[in-house]
Amino acid sequence: MEEMNDRNAARKAWMSLLAKSDTSTLTQVWGALGIAPDFSYLRAPEIGGVMVRGRAGAVGAAFNLGEMTVTRCSVKLASGVVGHAYVQGRDKEQARIAALVDALMQTKDAAVVQATVIDPLAEIRRSSQASRAAKAAATKVDFFTMVRGED
Amino acid sequence: MYVAVKGGEKAIDNAHAWLAEERRGDTSIAELSVSQIREQLALAVNRVMAEGSLYDPDLAALAIKQSRGDLIEAIFLIRAYRTTLPRFGGSNPVDTEQMICDRRVSATFKDAPGGQVLGPTFDYTHRLLDFKLAADGEVPQAPSAEIAQADTPHIMSFLDRENLIQTEPEGPETPPDLTRSPLELPATRSLRLQALTRGDEGFILGMAYSTQRGYARNHAFVAELRIGAVSVEMDIPELGFAIDIGEITLTECETVNQFKGSKTEPPQFTRGYGLVFGMTERKAISMALVDRALRWKELGEDNVGAPAQDEEFVLYHADNIQATGFLEHIKLPHYVDFQSELELIRKLRRAAMGEQEAVE
Repeated sequence: MEEMNDRNAARKAWMSLLAKSDTSTLTQVWGALGIAPDFSYLRAPEIGGVMVRGRAGAVGAAFNLGEMTVTRCSVKLASGVVGHAYVQGRDKEQARIAALVDALMQTKDAAVVQATVIDPLAEIRRSSQASRAAKAAATKVDFFTMVRGED
Repeated sequence: MYVAVKGGEKAIDNAHAWLAEERRGDTSIAELSVSQIREQLALAVNRVMAEGSLYDPDLAALAIKQSRGDLIEAIFLIRAYRTTLPRFGGSNPVDTEQMICDRRVSATFKDAPGGQVLGPTFDYTHRLLDFKLAADGEVPQAPSAEIAQADTPHIMSFLDRENLIQTEPEGPETPPDLTRSPLELPATRSLRLQALTRGDEGFILGMAYSTQRGYARNHAFVAELRIGAVSVEMDIPELGFAIDIGEITLTECETVNQFKGSKTEPPQFTRGYGLVFGMTERKAISMALVDRALRWKELGEDNVGAPAQDEEFVLYHADNIQATGFLEHIKLPHYVDFQSELELIRKLRRAAMGEQEAVE
């Protein structure tokens, strides 16, 4: 894969966020956006598997860990802009919305989609991660060195 | 004599109808939902995902409900479903260094950078039945603390800096896949790790325990055990770059093993590795011990003939779906096979009795 430019990096960030979002939240923020663009499917939502890989000893040779379910979808807006989605799980509606969001993020509507869909999803993710991290932090061990017998 | 037997369709249908009724149990008791199983029997769900070799908590929970809690039956259902999925591709290897850890402990370094984080563990509980759980009750909120923004580097990297630990060799970009081609021996380490991570927890635990008790003892310390979320990234051909396609919870165990050196290797620490879907700590530790035992050849160690060193024995018996398929088929009708056995034993017996009479 080639060196990533800024545009691709931004697209990677929102597509990655959409892949990890949960369906009910995505449906909710998508509803709040209130845009129903004309589109056609280049690839109707399709459920499949991806083989997840790890590395021996975390750093060595790659090995197959097992598969995960993924749903993908590609759409083309009336304007000709193409949107893609690969989302975790088996929800076709999530994949359809994610592909439309990806397409709209490449149009003049990008700012409003960013503010109404992407930013809230990112905030929800950040806050749920922070809540887990805070509980983990509370289980961090503080060691006390006991006084030993020898001088 | 060959006798074709047909029949039993009605009995089978009725048996399955009764199974459905028994699965539901007493209808005066509320039915269990799939999301309840997913949320409240999470470790069973994790085991079904790991051994079913498919990360999808909702499907695993459904399989557990359908199988009435028989986890091997649930794993069977997941394996069968998995074969129906088109394969979109393979991910880039997950970067466990970037794991967002719920738990991270080291048995070798007290002051590991990033600290020792216990997470939601059964360790240090008293293993007394908690009768409060039998009554409905609100769970008090778990305490929180300020998050320290510290990296949690792998413990092994410190030993690596001093050259005290064996280095892990590189391998091909696309590893061999058990689900695409049958297991052939000798297996590469990549293939062994795939077989171990989807292998039966009880079997892998037993093999690991045998190494601790002295059958190819490998003196393992848990250098690090971490549980948490990692992003899964895949190259997307239509984009020309990689994106995250999801996030999964993994358990990773790295062992550091005493090693006095061999004909080919200097004295150093060696390593075993376990990486398993979900929060599956016992399995990950077991996997690391068995991985290490199976590495005797590449480390120039002696084969002491221990079961855990025997790649053929371990890899061909670790899969509980293969095992249960072959084991359980013997309860299905074998009338013709047995008929021939019966004929044979009667004939042998007649001959033996005849000889005996002649002697008398």
